[in-house]
Amino acid sequence: MAFYNTDVAQLHDDLVNKRVSATELTKAAFKQIKATDDDVKAFLALNEEAALDQAAKLDQAGIDPDQPLAGIPLAVKDNIVTKGLTTTAASKILANFKPVYDATVVEKLLAAGAINVGKTNLDEFAMGSSTENSAFQTTRNPWDLTRVPGGSSGGSAAAVAAGDVLGALGTDTGGSIRQPASFNGVVGMKPTYGRVSRWGVIAFASSFDQVGWLSQSVKDNAYLMEAIAGADKRDMTSANREVPNYVANLAKADVKGLRIAVPKEYFGDGIDADVQEVVEAALAYYESLGAIVDEVSLPHTKYGIPAYYILASSEASSNLQRYDGIRYGFRANDVKNLEDVYVRTRTEGFGPEVKRRIMLGTFSLSAGSYDAYFAKAAKVRRLITDDFNKILKDHDVIMGPTAVSTAFKIGAEVTDPTKMYMNDLLTVTTNMAGLPGMSVPAGFSKENGMPVGLQIIGKAFDEQTVYDAGYVFEQTTDFHKQTPRLGGQN
Amino acid sequence: MAEKLGREAAKHVAELAKLSFTDEELDQFVPQLEDTMHLFDDLQKMDTTGVEPMYSPTQEANVMREDVAVPSGQRDALLANAPETDKGLIKVPAIIDESED
Repeated sequence: MAFYNTDVAQLHDDLVNKRVSATELTKAAFKQIKATDDDVKAFLALNEEAALDQAAKLDQAGIDPDQPLAGIPLAVKDNIVTKGLTTTAASKILANFKPVYDATVVEKLLAAGAINVGKTNLDEFAMGSSTENSAFQTTRNPWDLTRVPGGSSGGSAAAVAAGDVLGALGTDTGGSIRQPASFNGVVGMKPTYGRVSRWGVIAFASSFDQVGWLSQSVKDNAYLMEAIAGADKRDMTSANREVPNYVANLAKADVKGLRIAVPKEYFGDGIDADVQEVVEAALAYYESLGAIVDEVSLPHTKYGIPAYYILASSEASSNLQRYDGIRYGFRANDVKNLEDVYVRTRTEGFGPEVKRRIMLGTFSLSAGSYDAYFAKAAKVRRLITDDFNKILKDHDVIMGPTAVSTAFKIGAEVTDPTKMYMNDLLTVTTNMAGLPGMSVPAGFSKENGMPVGLQIIGKAFDEQTVYDAGYVFEQTTDFHKQTPRLGGQN
Repeated sequence: MAEKLGREAAKHVAELAKLSFTDEELDQFVPQLEDTMHLFDDLQKMDTTGVEPMYSPTQEANVMREDVAVPSGQRDALLANAPETDKGLIKVPAIIDESED
């Protein structure tokens, strides 16, 4: 059974009323993974024994009607640590790493009774937009196996699109949840910086990274977010703010009078015409539902890519200093001295994209470059954030395309890093400002039939309005119900 | 500011980052990095006089807590992740260079 045409609420009802057991659902997830994953390659590790064990225990105890996620199979991106289960960040340098603790988000999931079926593929250390930078495998897009699933949370997005699970955890540093969601026709929410704990998430760029969900529907995403959001003593950047009842509040969702800002910089040059066409139709649809659509300007948008690649690479070069071949992970063979351990371990353990980013970051932070690069980019970050805040004073949300194109062909961009970076044009600025952003399925390209995502950006800590706007759209359209034709369904 | 990174500077940065590249790799990496840094030139033209740099979107103030050591009871699991161990300790190569014997 593929997890299509069902949702968290339906499965929960079936579980509580014993129409299905947690064991049956978990077995169904593994059956679907085995039927699809030779083609899709979404998973790096399966957690079959522990998952079935946990399901059996839940079935024996009975499903708690107050735990909507109890017995629901879900997946976890492989840069989020899971106790006793290999966590690699898709890097050779962590190929055999077995964490001794669970990340806060995993701990919360397990406490909610959810079942972790396995770890999903990503670009090494979440650096990339296609999963082609994984040291182990390239995930393929279930809608067209010759195309990438996007990245870096490409494994999570493909697993959801393939019907393996209803939801999968992702991380988003510059668009890594939203862009793959757009490429795979699923929902992807990056919450406000600080909404979700980062404790146990393998750090890439600490002032940008956030954990969120890839899911088949907005409502499921809201269920899943409720389970992981909130302050955490172990992450001092997690925000001490109450988490709303996202799902319950959806019942009141309405877009009549919703003030939607549409930045003119999110259309035109550099954004494919087939993508613009779908997004313009979605905006017209919101208008027909009574929303007020205004064209606005976010003038510093084009500086987002250079500023982001300076700041995020700088943070990465610092965060990745810990991989030294001493206490855990890969160590190069036949090393002669300490310097050799460091240099050869890192040179053999990191892939080319990670090395490029470490080089960019080290350069930007080095004496003589700091002011012109790192400090300058941090000032531009302020200007980008001010742009957003100014627009969001008079508007409830900002909308536009999530990605500049639909899913591109495997191999098409991986040899040209700078071209690959431009994929993040419409998503990085949200991370710079720390705002919540979600991609929802908005239709299909007339050119190649691939899914197109609509991006909805909200005010800080106002995920609710973003969910509401996406929910109304999905209640009255059926794009999110379309599924790829892939072997092993039914 | 549109100066090129260049091969020698790239080697210096690699040294700072504890990475090394072969000549063939530098042939590929240096133009790629220069290409990306070309994007950075746009920033140099911007007037940012008086703009306060922003290093993080967090609005949380520093949170203080007591620094209390808690036994993890996971010595074996931790050691199992180490590349080389000996009698319950992590083994590392000699810090003194042995390559010049």
